[in-house]
Amino acid sequence: MTTLEKLKILTDAAKYDVACTSSGVDRAGKAGALGSSAACGICHSFSADGRCISLLKVLFTNRCICDCQYCLNRRSNDMPRAAFTPRELADLTIAFYRRNYIEGLFLSSGILRNADYTCEMLLETLRILRREYHFRGYIHVKAIPGADEQLLARLGLLADRMSVNIEMPSEKSLQKLCPEKTRQSVLHPMGWIAERIAQNTHELAKYRHAPAFVPAGQSTQMIVGATPESDFQILRLAQGLYQNYGLKRVFYSAYIPVSDSALLPPLGSKPPLQREHRLYQADWLMRFYGFQAQELLDEAHPNLHPQLDPKCCWALRHPEFFPVELERADPHTLLRVPGIGPKSMRAILRARRAGSLRLEALPKLGVVCKRAQYFITCSGRRPKDLVLTPEAMWRALLPAPKKGAAPLPGQLCWEDFMPRMSGGNHAAASLPL
Amino acid sequence: MQPLLYRYDGSFEGFLCCVFDSYARKEQPTEICEESTAQLSLFPVHRVVTDPAHAKRVFSSLRARISAKAEDLVLLGFLTCMHERERVLLQFIRLGFRYGAKVTDMLSDPTVSALEKAVGHLREEAHLLLGFVRFSEYEGRLAAVISPKNQVLPLMQAHFCARFPEETFCIYDDVHNEALLYRPHVGGIFSISAFSLPEADAREQYFRSLWRVFYETIAIQDRENPKCRQTQMPKRYWPHLTEMRPE
Repeated sequence: MTTLEKLKILTDAAKYDVACTSSGVDRAGKAGALGSSAACGICHSFSADGRCISLLKVLFTNRCICDCQYCLNRRSNDMPRAAFTPRELADLTIAFYRRNYIEGLFLSSGILRNADYTCEMLLETLRILRREYHFRGYIHVKAIPGADEQLLARLGLLADRMSVNIEMPSEKSLQKLCPEKTRQSVLHPMGWIAERIAQNTHELAKYRHAPAFVPAGQSTQMIVGATPESDFQILRLAQGLYQNYGLKRVFYSAYIPVSDSALLPPLGSKPPLQREHRLYQADWLMRFYGFQAQELLDEAHPNLHPQLDPKCCWALRHPEFFPVELERADPHTLLRVPGIGPKSMRAILRARRAGSLRLEALPKLGVVCKRAQYFITCSGRRPKDLVLTPEAMWRALLPAPKKGAAPLPGQLCWEDFMPRMSGGNHAAASLPL
Repeated sequence: MQPLLYRYDGSFEGFLCCVFDSYARKEQPTEICEESTAQLSLFPVHRVVTDPAHAKRVFSSLRARISAKAEDLVLLGFLTCMHERERVLLQFIRLGFRYGAKVTDMLSDPTVSALEKAVGHLREEAHLLLGFVRFSEYEGRLAAVISPKNQVLPLMQAHFCARFPEETFCIYDDVHNEALLYRPHVGGIFSISAFSLPEADAREQYFRSLWRVFYETIAIQDRENPKCRQTQMPKRYWPHLTEMRPE
């Protein structure tokens, strides 16, 4: 089999892995070596689905002894199989890297023979890259569940980021769909990696030249929409992972039907992309805006609103928090205003140090006034001509329906408010405020 | 205000002399443009003579009388493709001399915000191109062509020279006719008037086809989203991208 054919098969098998970030580690280039890493991460291309291509994302092999129902590479699936040799893959990575096609390698694998053997193959590939080519680019490697800890430790010293996929948001779903895996078999290596990273931080503080263990941290991914968990459960789980395991990223992957198993959504059903998008927004709110999962959702509202972003939803549910006075509010408060993000927050801080703020100048600072206007005052002034009743704000913040399109289910329209005006009260009760 | 036009030689030093003359002659030009691109005009025109001593005086006063940050902003601002670039920069320098170091934080001022925005655009384009440069190998040497709106090479130099310390490479900017040239451990940016690349050999074609196969395969059909791709990777970069060019 030629490298071209192998590349096609093994890319195809790896494409459902979401992570393609090359961020989190700064490593300058060095004479005699090849490559460098930038902490901000660099995207090298974007594929037809709009996702960034930063790393050469392939499986080492798509042969696998497991039979996970949601997985394309399960052993019961009839499909072409291939495997790289470590040398072949390392050479390919270097050829792509020199042409500036990629930022590095994302290496995952099916389980060939057993976990230890697979892990040794990955280890050999990474060894050729790091020791023979003196490659200083980014390497993201999947920790092979069940592999010997000694092997994983060596793998972690060669890679920048390591990840273990949690796959299903709950123990029950995992058991149903992956009979070979348990929650414990996923969380155990994750905890082990977290422990090693903590230990390594300590070593690095003591000895500057101690070898770094996965310096860009670990990440994980879970599949959304294959099983019945609510957004609240998913976000709480993600929050727990960030807090307890020090994860850098949790990726959400809208389930794309790849199996005719009766346990899963039928083939041909649409992936829940909008839901995935909202989950990412909520994830950002937890990581960069100081929100807790419990603030965004609760048992009564277990799912994110499909039409309105989670921050607007939170703001509309907490009228007591607003309006925020932009001249005096502290950074954390500013970040909670819809339409203000970390960048515009910093711009506001700078601008108000240099002089007084005017409402008219806000767009220049990057504030999205369309959303922010309902929640702010500027030197005590509020934007004019705004109706600040909850209903009017809901209506104004929802995206305008496309012309001629039928209203989406759950979308408010004018009729929703009519009964209230004639004295009835049930319309207000139906508002998800 | 009476229209007044300044013409200069297009160099950064020349621009600094425009600033000098504007102060020395106590006048504010309504337009500053390069001699070579200037059109015939009925309004009064002042031809600025580039004097290195004047340029040096203006440049050192940027840091001394405003701030290091303002100096950076002027240097970067000159690399941008901002509309009326020189006039905005002059206006910014005038504001700087009036308000001092805080001028860089006066983001609600139209001049400062225009300059910040243009520099942001420059930085963004330079960052995008760190990823979008596509080298081809010609007998062991690497070469790439880019067509950026801003003069991005000075911002990309450090990255590529550090990343490929043992390679010999060249990145040619065909809009501004300059190239970043590097051979092990020395590199620089040079003006180049003509540049052409030979045909790619079989080995190079092979790696291109491998990359195209990878690019085609990594996309998930069920999630196809051409609009999102185009937002992230604007069409004007496509002509130089191996994967977006037919064989």
